Amino acid sequence: MVTMNTWIERQRALIDFSVANLGRRRGRNLGLFLAYTLLVFLLASVVLYGDALRREARLLLADAPELVVQRLAAGRHDLLPATWLEQVEGLRGVRGAEGRLWGYYFDPAVAANTTLLVPSASLSTSPPAPGQMVIGAALARARGLAVGDVLSLRGYDGKPYAFTLAGVLDADSELVSADLMQVNAADFRAFFGVDPGLYTDLVLRVANPREVRKVAEKVLQRLPGARVIAREEMRRTYEAAFNWRQGVLLTFLSTLMAAFALLAWDKASGLSAEERREIGILKAVGWETGDVLRMKLWEGALVSLCAFLAGYVLAWLHVFYADAPLFTAVLKGWSVLYPHFALAPRVDVAQIATLFFLTVLPFVAATVVPVWRAATLDPDEVMRE
Amino acid sequence: MIELLAVSKTYNAGRVNEFSAVREVDLLIEPGRATALRGPSGSGKTTLLGLIGGLTRPSSGRVRLDGRDISALSERFLTELRRATFGFVFQQFQLIRGLSVLENVMLPATPSGRPYREVRARALRLLDDLGLAGRAEVKTQWLSGGEAQRVAIARALINDPKVILADEPTAHLDSALSRQILAILADLRAQGRTLIVSSHDPLVFEAGLVERVIDMRDGRVCGAGAPAGPVLS
Amino acid sequence: MIFQPAALALLLAASLNALLLLGSGVFALHLLRHWNPASGSERQIALERRTYLVGTLVGLSLLLGLPALALFAHNADAMAPFFTGAMCAVGSLKANVWGMPALLSMLAGFFLAAAWLVLNHLDGLGWNTPLIRGKYRLLLLLAPLALAQAVLLWLYYLNLNPEVITSCCGSLFGPASGGVAAEMAALPVATAMPLFFAGWLLTLAVGVGFLARGRFGRLFGLLAALHFPLALAAVVAFIAPYIYEQPNHHCPFCLLQAEHGYAGWVLYLPLFLGTAAGIGAGLAAAARADSLKVSAPRVAAGLTKVAVAALGVFGLAVLFYLRRSNLVM
Repeated sequence: MVTMNTWIERQRALIDFSVANLGRRRGRNLGLFLAYTLLVFLLASVVLYGDALRREARLLLADAPELVVQRLAAGRHDLLPATWLEQVEGLRGVRGAEGRLWGYYFDPAVAANTTLLVPSASLSTSPPAPGQMVIGAALARARGLAVGDVLSLRGYDGKPYAFTLAGVLDADSELVSADLMQVNAADFRAFFGVDPGLYTDLVLRVANPREVRKVAEKVLQRLPGARVIAREEMRRTYEAAFNWRQGVLLTFLSTLMAAFALLAWDKASGLSAEERREIGILKAVGWETGDVLRMKLWEGALVSLCAFLAGYVLAWLHVFYADAPLFTAVLKGWSVLYPHFALAPRVDVAQIATLFFLTVLPFVAATVVPVWRAATLDPDEVMRE
Repeated sequence: MIELLAVSKTYNAGRVNEFSAVREVDLLIEPGRATALRGPSGSGKTTLLGLIGGLTRPSSGRVRLDGRDISALSERFLTELRRATFGFVFQQFQLIRGLSVLENVMLPATPSGRPYREVRARALRLLDDLGLAGRAEVKTQWLSGGEAQRVAIARALINDPKVILADEPTAHLDSALSRQILAILADLRAQGRTLIVSSHDPLVFEAGLVERVIDMRDGRVCGAGAPAGPVLS
Repeated sequence: MIFQPAALALLLAASLNALLLLGSGVFALHLLRHWNPASGSERQIALERRTYLVGTLVGLSLLLGLPALALFAHNADAMAPFFTGAMCAVGSLKANVWGMPALLSMLAGFFLAAAWLVLNHLDGLGWNTPLIRGKYRLLLLLAPLALAQAVLLWLYYLNLNPEVITSCCGSLFGPASGGVAAEMAALPVATAMPLFFAGWLLTLAVGVGFLARGRFGRLFGLLAALHFPLALAAVVAFIAPYIYEQPNHHCPFCLLQAEHGYAGWVLYLPLFLGTAAGIGAGLAAAARADSLKVSAPRVAAGLTKVAVAALGVFGLAVLFYLRRSNLVM
């Protein structure tokens, strides 16, 4: 009778035989193994990289204010008066409000859009001293600047404004800070020609997340012409953007998956005369269809496991230690200033399950029927030669 | 005891290339004796051997082993029974290239779930008995014909079957090696195993091994159930 | 929305599963019509061969079923930030009408595949494959279910719209919503807790009794099946609030998250395993065939051991969480 021990012994014997079998056909299996590894590597790179970026964005948004209030003039984003700040400050549920000053600046030296802003007063860091500037690490790299250097930018009136570089933002949050230039409020107003009574937009802190929607409604009532953006909405937009990019890449890769499945199917169904003879022998000496099937499935499982591990480890190195050179452009966006940052390595079970479904499943589906067909050769075939 | 009742085997039934390898054969094989199936090639002896050993499913008719109808068994049970009861020696040795002698001999035991150690010990003992003691780790493609046939016999014995079926065991061997193999088969017979051999090699019939001969032609047994007495001394 | 790796993976898995099982279903019709074990005809031999393929396919389906279910629940959770108002998996699943049916179909598919494999195993233990007809009739149920699963999953992911304002688990299990979920949540602890533990103990007792005396195996299978909805109701009614230490938080999905110590996994994995093994044990005990006289009771006993152990772990885990909690209800 089949007890647990004989079952284990039998599986062990079948695995032994599968390993020996794979070893004997190293050359034949190598091509498939390499293709398999490559597929896992590509898919895993996309998924690991996209997830890491998403996590990064999520961390950044965790500190962001709950609500941002902008002014729309004929549908265009416009500066808003300081009186708006007073009007929303007193709203019930609002823990703090602040006017922000920021604007895009096209930097001809690196041919890229940068963001000039005044750091928030509520953050512990004090704003740069007059005439000084703190910039993002990517920008500093692109322009070859070091602390103490002077950089000259052309202001709203066409005149050059000189700033001394007082510091470079640390790389922790480089994904978002890459293209930042920080100055103090007075310098900002002078550079862009913004009157003292105006702000770019307002940020509101709301203590209770359940009240965010209520507060937003009240802001809209008090300030017709305002646009309110909730942090959750931004988070959704980010998530959707990353998901979408990841999905597009995966869809491209699905053609690769199909090609791989075809290859696996071809390999599994194109039995050589030698293999056919061997299966015939096994069946003639007392292997049952189920035994051959299990042996073949073990073979597939071993190949899958090895290819999956190899591909996953390679993808891991590619993403976390080599900065994912293959996908940088697509997944981060087309910005000229590539942030250079190390993503935090992490293992996620759901992610591995996803990858496993995307890579191993096509292989299994493509090989199961040919494998079964091979296993059902007549046991008396070797006698009928 | 093995009984065949009106057993037929038809390949490619209902198609143009339909052909009947064995027709309406009734046969009774007693335990512990040596029987030979004799006939020209294409006479159906190999198919009949397969039918007797449960390797081939009959298209019609019944096969009984010790009174039990094995033609209705599921493949799994039939295989288990076959593995435990029959040991096969095939015409062209049918060893797997690239595997060692030892691995080849152990193959029939792989799906049985017997402990590896035990199977290995028995395989080594069998190889020893058959004069292949030093050859266990050799890959089978490097064996001579006589060695290959002895490995095939060792493989047939790994599950300690009661019945040995040998299909043209001397077909690819010269006379000296043929005699050697026949001597081994005689030993097995002496151990009390049932022996069923298909052959048209006169050496086999001269060796004094076979107790009963069944002549075959065109898939039928000639002379309806040939005598089952101790003949040919 | 559909462009998300986990969703793509699940859709791929469900579609392949449906394709392979539908093929098996067509074969089941064929087999039921032509099966004749007495015959050695080539058609009969071909049918027998194909049963190996079907057995393998359903085995794969089961092997994928549980990870797919876990990934689906986890992914629903991970998608929550997309939907206004969603805090966890419930919000994502309620974002359109297909989410919950998809989840339920996956649950049903898992248990049905497990039951089928037990039958398949038993059938292989009899020399004359005594259960083959029943087994393939059951497959006729499994195949359309696999199709439904795939269709529901496609409908769910294709119709996800982030603009939709969905509800969080608080509203699903809140008193105002009505429906089964709310009723489960509204069960007073004083009723739900004794009811659950009584059911749990009864199931275990019958299982242990079956192991000792070899009787009431079918009853055990039935109880194990009934214990499953009871356990889920208990999770919603009081186990979840005790773990969250919030009397009004009844969600069975938030339990899966890291901030609750992955309690959901600790509870659900043994519960699923135990239920599947228990149903299998009941089926094995119910198998009536001469060729299974020896092996069927043995299989039933083996599965009962697994079921009793797993359900035991589940109940002990519940006790552990209740004891650890600071909530008084």
